[in-house]
Amino acid sequence: MAASGQMERSSHSMDKSIILPPDEIFRNLENAKRFAIDIGGSLTKLAYYSTVQHKVAKVRSFDHTGKEAVDEPLYEISVQEEVTARLHFIKFENAYIETCLDFIKDHLVNTETKVIKATGGGAYKFKDLIEKKLRLKVDKEDEMSCLIKGCNFVLKNIPHEAFVYVKHADPEFRFQTTQPDIFPYLLVNIGSGVSIVKVESEDKFERIGGSSIGGGTFWGLGALLTNTKVKFDELLQLASRGQHASVDMLVKDIYGGGYSCLGLTGDLIASSFGKSATEDREFSKADMAKSLLHMISNDIGQLACLYAKLHNLSRVYFGGFFIRGHPVTMHTITYSINFFTKGEVQALFLRHEGYLGAIGAFLKGAEEDNPNQYSWGENYAGSSGLMSVSPELYPMQRTRSGTFDMLEMDRLDRQLVNLPLLLDASSYIPDTVDLTEDAMAREYWLSCFEEALDGVVSRAVASQPDLTDAKERAEKFSQKYQHKLKTLRQQPFAYGSLTVRSLLDTREHCLNEFNFPDPYSKIKQMENDWALKFFHKVVKSLESLNWDERQFSLVKGLLAGNVFDWGAKAVSDILVTDPDFGFEEAKRQLQERPWLIDTYNKWIERLKGPPHKCALFFVDNSGIDIILGVFPLVRELLCRGTEVILASNSGPALNDVTYSELQILTERIAAMDSVIQSGVQKEQLILVQSGSSSPCLDLSRLDKGLATVVRERHTDLVIIEGMGRAIHTNFYAALSCESLKLAVIKNSWLADRFGGKIFSVVFKYEQPSK
Amino acid sequence: MEVNGYYFNDGKAEKEEDAPEKPPEEKELSGGGREDAVAESSGGGVPRERLASHSRTRQRIDSLKKNRPPFPWFGMDIGGTLVKLVYFEPKDITAEEEQEEVENLKSIRRYLTSNVAYGSTGIRDVHLELKDLTLCGRKGNLHFIRFPTQDMSVFLQMGRDKHFSSLHTTLCATGGGAYKFEPDFRTMADLQLHKLDELDCLVRGILYIDSVRFNGSSECYYFENPTDPDLCQKKPYNLENPYPLLLVNIGSGVSILAVYSKDNYKRVTGTSLGGGTFLGLCCLLTGCSTFEEALEMASHGDSTRVDKLVKDIYGGDYERFGLPGWAVASSFGNMMFKEKRESVGKEDLARATLVTITNNIGSITRMCALNENINRVVFVGNFLRINTLSMRLLAYAMDYWSKGQLKALFLEHEGYFGAVGALLELLNPSQL
Repeated sequence: MAASGQMERSSHSMDKSIILPPDEIFRNLENAKRFAIDIGGSLTKLAYYSTVQHKVAKVRSFDHTGKEAVDEPLYEISVQEEVTARLHFIKFENAYIETCLDFIKDHLVNTETKVIKATGGGAYKFKDLIEKKLRLKVDKEDEMSCLIKGCNFVLKNIPHEAFVYVKHADPEFRFQTTQPDIFPYLLVNIGSGVSIVKVESEDKFERIGGSSIGGGTFWGLGALLTNTKVKFDELLQLASRGQHASVDMLVKDIYGGGYSCLGLTGDLIASSFGKSATEDREFSKADMAKSLLHMISNDIGQLACLYAKLHNLSRVYFGGFFIRGHPVTMHTITYSINFFTKGEVQALFLRHEGYLGAIGAFLKGAEEDNPNQYSWGENYAGSSGLMSVSPELYPMQRTRSGTFDMLEMDRLDRQLVNLPLLLDASSYIPDTVDLTEDAMAREYWLSCFEEALDGVVSRAVASQPDLTDAKERAEKFSQKYQHKLKTLRQQPFAYGSLTVRSLLDTREHCLNEFNFPDPYSKIKQMENDWALKFFHKVVKSLESLNWDERQFSLVKGLLAGNVFDWGAKAVSDILVTDPDFGFEEAKRQLQERPWLIDTYNKWIERLKGPPHKCALFFVDNSGIDIILGVFPLVRELLCRGTEVILASNSGPALNDVTYSELQILTERIAAMDSVIQSGVQKEQLILVQSGSSSPCLDLSRLDKGLATVVRERHTDLVIIEGMGRAIHTNFYAALSCESLKLAVIKNSWLADRFGGKIFSVVFKYEQPSK
Repeated sequence: MEVNGYYFNDGKAEKEEDAPEKPPEEKELSGGGREDAVAESSGGGVPRERLASHSRTRQRIDSLKKNRPPFPWFGMDIGGTLVKLVYFEPKDITAEEEQEEVENLKSIRRYLTSNVAYGSTGIRDVHLELKDLTLCGRKGNLHFIRFPTQDMSVFLQMGRDKHFSSLHTTLCATGGGAYKFEPDFRTMADLQLHKLDELDCLVRGILYIDSVRFNGSSECYYFENPTDPDLCQKKPYNLENPYPLLLVNIGSGVSILAVYSKDNYKRVTGTSLGGGTFLGLCCLLTGCSTFEEALEMASHGDSTRVDKLVKDIYGGDYERFGLPGWAVASSFGNMMFKEKRESVGKEDLARATLVTITNNIGSITRMCALNENINRVVFVGNFLRINTLSMRLLAYAMDYWSKGQLKALFLEHEGYFGAVGALLELLNPSQL
């Protein structure tokens, strides 16, 4: 059964004493529309759609026709307001519901909204209150279909949404990679009863079974047995202190010592509560609660397995208030599933399980906006992360806003899809190192990001010299990011697997949050300007070389260009202290061959063969990298008759060249170089946006347009450049075509890990195994 | 919850035949032990073979008479909660035999057959007695006796007082207690147990009792019109061609077996929510102390005051999912609320416990039947003793949720089949 029903009344005592911190909790309420609410037994989940006005750095080309102004910059950067869509989800205790409704009423400016979608057992109970307070008509939606809709949404849009729980492991959470096809799956929702639902597609699902022994049984029977007025959480805590073996009849109680010679596990429960049937004595409350917990978890697990087997399903997600982030029940359910399927089926849990109903109800009300036609991304800056309100794990962290858990999702401009050239999309993992599992690496990178924070702050301030509040905002950014790092240090699993990529992305999200859309815009502009001046010279000198020398020089140029990376701390230090550090200087700094990873000879052999049909090139930094490193190689490829797709970030991240910047750069270079010009004109050179605003690269979330072009052009070579895209991510990515990953390791710790020194070169050319 | 299913197929294997005078000692014991080790650790569907003595297939002794074990003939099933004992009382004792019969044997026979209760807790289920049974060429009555496993020491003391060991009989025992109490049998009563696999005994016992019938009437029965309380009635069922069969044994815990032929079965699964759970929870919730008390209370209670029904949530049927309003949405779900906890009686709680456990066994059974593609289910075990409520509920649940596809069957000798199987093993070692 799905309904969680109305629970202990005491928890509803209206608490009006709290003062909501508006800038933290109900954000962007002014433009909010399309409300949905899911009121469960103890928690209320509110959802709304809002538009966020934030600043973006727009790059616009000057009109260069006619004269060549030497001291004029290449392009103009203007910071503009842009409106993007964001979904807000807030979870709070039912006790705050009235306060929250008042707050919403006071801050809601948009008056278009007429209805609020509602689901959950409490929706009926609070209907009048909501209608009175918000003057919105409550429109009730079926709980189960909301749940499924929400589940589909998070599985599709949030990487690392699902995890398996492993008690005593470090970390306890093992996140699953997003599957290209999420269907079919089984959702076992453990509310007061249990519903087992088979989901076959976006619109097709069926309740194939259920059980009346669920969370309500644990709570109700638990309250009777312990003879106390307890809350569900308290009962769970009580259970976690108990010893079930003193109440349950175990196999060893029946078999005596003899079970060992049978190869039986004597600790298996033969009869739940069996000892209380035969032994006339007092049983401790904790022990009874524990026995009850095992009884119910095992029973649910067994039924889930029987249904999974009957319907031949291997993906089984568990949710409902019985699970909701409680390590105790996640463990007992996992144990049961492992036992009954002998490990064939894994119990899966969801990071945003508590929000499914609210998300689904929201989506039902937002169908005219076609939310499913977009891709969405979890905003790390605005989301609380897993366990933010778990009283069991971190009782001390329940600060004022800690009782409010938030999830924010940004609507991405375009739909994101897999790179069609991934060898096996279902096993692709972008990140090279999982910092949740690698404690040493985690410690290093967290410290690294902490140390780099001051530099980021000063660069952010410097990027907005005209804005008086820049310093203040930068300070807020710093606090927020510091807080995130602190959280991640304690709960590395808060946002799924912790990776260098997620640390970088979190920083970008936080910067955006405080209106630093592109702190590197000026630096990028300067570097681009500077590098363009040398383009002609570099091309000339390459042309003077023979074929072999030229190929080597091209690769070396690309690698040297890649040294210019403000994202790497060591390099940004050099760039700040030694502005003369130039292209030639960089080449000299490079490691001599043989490189750390060196398949250069194989690459050259390949180049002696027929030209590639089409190369997809994921580019990295602005300035020297793109102009003096990438473009000469692009030029060479074009000359060979290979079409080139240059893929750059849709939005800014560090000093990475963005799509709009690259358009201008290409235009400028085309004006100087006939090969590039002809390539552009004949559409042999095309620019696409990656769909990402990250210094790293997730090949499973790429712009749909990119995927289309890649397919249409029969791309047979993928070049990935830079530490973020080729080392932190995709180092192990297996593609179905030839690939070239190259980067300079500009971090001594990482170089050390790879067994090399700083500025070691990775040149990894691979052909798919036939 | 017990170990998941194993597969049994030993039609051709034979146990080594020991002379009855010689208690089957180490050879058999270690053999039996290893055999069970394989059984319990192997996964579902893994063929199981008897390791003991299968290589030594001996020609069976032609004359049963010659090798008939000496009296007394017992079969014992020592479960987690109850000990089940079957005793064959020979009625064809010749004067000559009578003369030779030692006093101890006579006294045991007299004690068992002239009483219906033993000590404070032992009970002979007189109504189950099988009369004029021919076993191993002897005619007699089969008696069914039970006592709580807790009182095992009293039983052993009695065995010692009655010098049971002097009879040099083999005591065939099954159930977990055969292992647990084996040392006690040896040290307290000087008795050597012949330990037997409980599922072997169960299957064998059921097939045997069904074949000899219950004093001329059918051992097996079902409930006609299970979904109509007015028309629902007990009817005999002919189990002549029983395979395939799902066998659900509800003792302290529950075992579910799929039986394909008399010597081919597997344990599909089990659950720890069984009779022990019902009684255990009832004791804690109501302060009762016996199964009879618990059932009596349950018969006067109303579970709908304790459970949250579909209609309590949706006001009626939950049509979208085909759930009728009367279905239980959350067992004990109403007990989340203090006021409701205070308004229910002990009888209601006992009834809710019974309904919860019974329905849960029903739904696990139904899923197993679907997974195994079997449509006949036999429910046995002492949880069903004097428990018409549960039987009807199971009959109803099987019929309703399967839309008439599944049939629930019951047997008169509910919990005694393991003990019968143990007795058969004594008389006819692993011939079947």
